[in-house]
Amino acid sequence: MAAAITLAAEAPELSSANTGFMLICSALVLLMTPGLAFFYGGMVRVKSTLNMLMMSFISIGIITLLWVLYGFSLAFGSGSAFIGWNADWLGLSNVGLTELWPGYTIPVFVFMVFQMMFAIITPALISGALADRVKFSAWALFVALWATVVYIPVAHWVWASDGWAFKLGVIDFAGGTAVHINAGAAALGVILVIGKRVGFKKDPMRPHSLPLVMLGAGLLWFGWFGFNAGSWLGNDDGVGALMFVNTQVATAAAMLAWLAYEKIRHGACTTLGAASGAVAGLVAITPSGGAVSPLGAIAVGVIAGVACAAAVGLKFRFGYDDSLDVVGVHMVGGIVGSLLIGFFATGKGQSDAAGVFYGDHSFDQLWKQCAGVFAVLAYSLLASAVLAFLLDKTLGMRVPEDEEVSGIDQSQHAETAYDFSGTGGGVVGGSTAQALAAAKNKKVDA
Amino acid sequence: MRLITAVVKPHRLDEIKEALQAFGVHGLTVTEASGYGRQRGHTEVYRGAEYTVDLVPKIRIEVLAEDEDAEQLIDVLVKAARTGKIGDGKVWSLPVETAVRVRTGERGPDAL
Repeated sequence: MAAAITLAAEAPELSSANTGFMLICSALVLLMTPGLAFFYGGMVRVKSTLNMLMMSFISIGIITLLWVLYGFSLAFGSGSAFIGWNADWLGLSNVGLTELWPGYTIPVFVFMVFQMMFAIITPALISGALADRVKFSAWALFVALWATVVYIPVAHWVWASDGWAFKLGVIDFAGGTAVHINAGAAALGVILVIGKRVGFKKDPMRPHSLPLVMLGAGLLWFGWFGFNAGSWLGNDDGVGALMFVNTQVATAAAMLAWLAYEKIRHGACTTLGAASGAVAGLVAITPSGGAVSPLGAIAVGVIAGVACAAAVGLKFRFGYDDSLDVVGVHMVGGIVGSLLIGFFATGKGQSDAAGVFYGDHSFDQLWKQCAGVFAVLAYSLLASAVLAFLLDKTLGMRVPEDEEVSGIDQSQHAETAYDFSGTGGGVVGGSTAQALAAAKNKKVDA
Repeated sequence: MRLITAVVKPHRLDEIKEALQAFGVHGLTVTEASGYGRQRGHTEVYRGAEYTVDLVPKIRIEVLAEDEDAEQLIDVLVKAARTGKIGDGKVWSLPVETAVRVRTGERGPDAL
């Protein structure tokens, strides 16, 4: 999302092509959140499917309003190096219909709504680490607070023209730091505070529906073209198209790499491995796809696929319950993609900054990438842990143990994902309140 | 009368049905079941984490027979169910006090 080069004499004019393209990209990025819901939803056990879907879906509701009311103003207004401000954008109350995003050919409204979709999916990504055990009300509040305290500032650092990381020259095309490292580190911070699921490492916690996981991965892959190619905000110089191609290439490479890794280590190419490898590749190419060549994208994909496949095992060794591997895939994949820019940037893509393997073989860009990665990781990890700690001490983050064991879908949503009984289960009416009370009263031998 | 119960490998169901039909059995009940015997379960791998699945899918066949047919019926069933590999299952029989055909009220062997 680097500033476009514009001639001082002629201000950019509104481009219908770019505007239409960006509106479609925004819709594509929105689709990723329900896609993520399926990706995660299939990986949990039957009893918490709906909760997993809802943790992603609720983010669409909360963040949309938050973004309109104040989020966009704080993230992208011109303020300091750390946070933005623009009073005209509060509630979008004073934005002209044809007012252009500075330096670009699309209206402010279009840029705003495109960025809104990023703000929606980032907290949703965190939810995968918190499967089966978090109170829905506490999660909803966490989403709003986390977006305000963590996502908005970090997006400002990385993408706003006066953000410190942007000015330093950290390359993050579409969100390797602001979205993926941010969400992954937040997930780690929160799970260190709230702890493991009942039965972690003891009970088998098999994915209940791998077809659902595959469907979700497919939707994510499809939507990711909007996420990545759209982040150039137009198509006037071909960089968006390079990003599109690299997104496809790196994802394919990462899927194959993950499958090869597990075939060697565990003897089988699994469905879950294919889906996870694809997502790992998508994550890693997100920051880097505008800077590397298609061959570089293959390298990024292969390294990310192997690194993430190895990283998902760490939770068992160190005993933190990153339930659906948000840390192992998004944080690790984001770090891999962000740092590899420092090696594989050709200097002929989005900017003339070249990595160690190209141009003057300078380590300059690599150090900048390290600074960006470290700052986002450290801030998100700490701030998210503090936030989870405060919510845990006040509202309480977790459902009672018996409700977790009998199933969070019933205790939090008064619903069941699948009706397995051919006879319909004998429904005789009643209210949601009664159903919730019944679920709470049910004593379960843990 | 006797109730013959078989817990066997799911893919043998068609063979067993055909063999019992040829023997003259007019009806049976099949349910999906899970369990393990000497073969124990199997191992599945998810993102590198290995899970031992103890309970493997089986089908449970229940058929009523008159006393004089029971032993021969068991032989037919066992022959149809056998693959020779570990995990083929078990067959057993129990005495039955009475049986009633719901539609007509017929009792005893007439209900079979």
